[in-house]
Amino acid sequence: MKTSKAVLIADLRSSPPKSSYEFSHRCADSLDAGDHLITLFGRHEKSNRHWGTIVTAVFQTAAGELKVFRGQAEDGKHYPSLTHTYPVAQIFERELWEQTGLQPDGHPWLKPVRFEGERQQRMTDYPFFKVRGREVHEVGVGPIHAGVIEPGHFRFMCLGEKVHHLEIQLGYQHRGVEALLLRRPPMALASTVESICGDSSVAYTWGYCAAVEALSNLPVSLETDLLRGIALEMERIAMHVATLNGLATDVAFLQGGGTYGRLRTAIINATQRVCGNRFGRGWLRPGRARGLTEVLRQDLIQTLTAFARDFTEINELMLASLSVKARFHGTGIVSTKTAQELGLVGVVARASGVEIDTRVQLPGRVYERFPAELITESSGDCWARMKQRMREADASVQWLLKVLEDTALDLSGSAAPDALGKPLAPETLCLSLIEGTRGPVVQVLETSSQGQLLHYKVQDPSLPNWFGLAMALRDNDISDFPICNKSFDLSYCGNDL
Amino acid sequence: MIKSILVRKSQGSQYIPDLRAANPIGFRGKPVISEAACANGCNACLAACPSRAITLDPVRIDMGRCVLCGDCEPVCPSEKLSFNNDFKLASTDRDALTISSAHPDIDPIKVSEALHKRFGRSLKLRSVSAGGCNGCEMEINALSNVNFDLGRYGIDMVASPRHADGLVLSGPISRNMADALQIAWDAIPEPKLVIAVGACAISGGIFAECNEVDRTFLDKFKPALYIPGCPTHPLSFISGILDLLGIAD
Repeated sequence: MKTSKAVLIADLRSSPPKSSYEFSHRCADSLDAGDHLITLFGRHEKSNRHWGTIVTAVFQTAAGELKVFRGQAEDGKHYPSLTHTYPVAQIFERELWEQTGLQPDGHPWLKPVRFEGERQQRMTDYPFFKVRGREVHEVGVGPIHAGVIEPGHFRFMCLGEKVHHLEIQLGYQHRGVEALLLRRPPMALASTVESICGDSSVAYTWGYCAAVEALSNLPVSLETDLLRGIALEMERIAMHVATLNGLATDVAFLQGGGTYGRLRTAIINATQRVCGNRFGRGWLRPGRARGLTEVLRQDLIQTLTAFARDFTEINELMLASLSVKARFHGTGIVSTKTAQELGLVGVVARASGVEIDTRVQLPGRVYERFPAELITESSGDCWARMKQRMREADASVQWLLKVLEDTALDLSGSAAPDALGKPLAPETLCLSLIEGTRGPVVQVLETSSQGQLLHYKVQDPSLPNWFGLAMALRDNDISDFPICNKSFDLSYCGNDL
Repeated sequence: MIKSILVRKSQGSQYIPDLRAANPIGFRGKPVISEAACANGCNACLAACPSRAITLDPVRIDMGRCVLCGDCEPVCPSEKLSFNNDFKLASTDRDALTISSAHPDIDPIKVSEALHKRFGRSLKLRSVSAGGCNGCEMEINALSNVNFDLGRYGIDMVASPRHADGLVLSGPISRNMADALQIAWDAIPEPKLVIAVGACAISGGIFAECNEVDRTFLDKFKPALYIPGCPTHPLSFISGILDLLGIAD
């Protein structure tokens, strides 16, 4: 049974993988038809005494349908790279090569994504781009940055104050999450999944729950899923406000910093009152979600109503501030065309005018019952990304109030079915998509003929979006990097896993 | 200008006056282990724990490993386990972090006279995330917001390790960050201290058994303070550090 339309179940017995050449051509045809590449990844495995790679790609058609292509190649084989013609594939093919060794022929920039496996601690083995010329100079920043923030290295190639190109090198946060997820029973992974990317715990855990519920045919009530929606929209508000806090602080708009800080506190403390944790941990589990008593329901309504009033007030002040306008307008522009060519997703893509939101295109029953509004901005600059976040947080408040004030719903949390020992369907591929704060969190689980988990693929929306930040910096002043970076607010651990 | 004053007015006064007396409603903090007998051969809590924090005979929870997920509570047939909202979880002693029915509280932190004298009026800290999930990092950031305002005690996060008296470590220490962590530590002038924030930094937490983690740094430099949590609650951090430095309210 499907718990949501954003979940795809594919029976692998009926569709054996094609050759890697045919796979590559089918992907190219799909991209030519305008389909959106959601993910492309590989699994290294031994079959018939030969090591090889099984490649999986998932596309979303304009009509919203999800399509799966599978390919295979023995070790040492090559296949024609897609990136050459379709830049959207660049990060996926790099990761595929890094994780399995399968070589995409003609890839313009085959550099490891996160320096995992045998490449750990060998970040100096791969050269950065070199820009030559008398006025060229380089600035290297990181992995440790000035603030309290995760590590990553940024190499700016500058002409005077202008950034000609930014090369971003990540991987410092790599903990080996995908391997870890195969070590514990598949129905008992919730707390592990919550720690993959701690600022998006709810989005990750909902995606995980949806996938294992679909794989084990575990029935879940609409109310349970609505509670998950409540958790997710609370997380979205808190994270957008945290970014706005950072943006305000970065341009010394201190009243914004102070106000957004305490507004976020109100939201995450309300989350804690529901589930015991300010980041929503422990709220969602396979088959269930913590319910709301009448007192908690009223508590959330009051918290959100008070938040909305003060949030509007500070947003108006920030948007009217000349110093904010001067710094954000026209800074770090990503055009709609660039965003589409690079396959950017989520809030960053929408701020560049790309109409893409999983909650709208694959609403599932939660967002069918209570539709999410498609919000976009057009200018693609820091200003647009700031405004996009304000508008999305506002829309989440309105959405939450609609759900919470619907007295026909019983959100008290029903008795949970025992999920722990449920077996998973054998030889099945399951993909779940949850539109978290940054964009779609993609999780793909594949089971063996005995129903064991063979592969757990996790993809943060930051993975394709980091290259967008590099493009945003081109021809901008290097001093504008902090606000560009903050306006994207991408995840380091989500990329490095 | 008028709008700015209006925001100031609705902002009101947001700081928490007595941080150690705060009451974080709903917070799943300290485990409470009752004296109820375990069902024969039962190890349900052990199986539910994602970070191997629990050991049996008698039931003990290592707060240095516990991620406060609460998954052990509903599976116990003897209803032996529960959590309250006590956030005072920090300790100067790694072994003191283990809770059982015979040892229900983490030992109170002993004030260090040496640290009080040197850092009691000013402590500057450099935060390094080494494989952290951005949970602890966001809570460390929250320490300086208008609610918690740790700066009122002269405790601040600084940008340069050269300006720091200590290092706040979050994350299990990913192998790819091990060198950078060492470089940051080496850049901090003596005398200096390490504060381990969150289950990951204290024990590796969820990621303790990952091959991608390298914890040799902590073999060389023993933390002066361990602050449990997943992520560490700002109040746990604040009460721990104030107690360590002997700072009165």
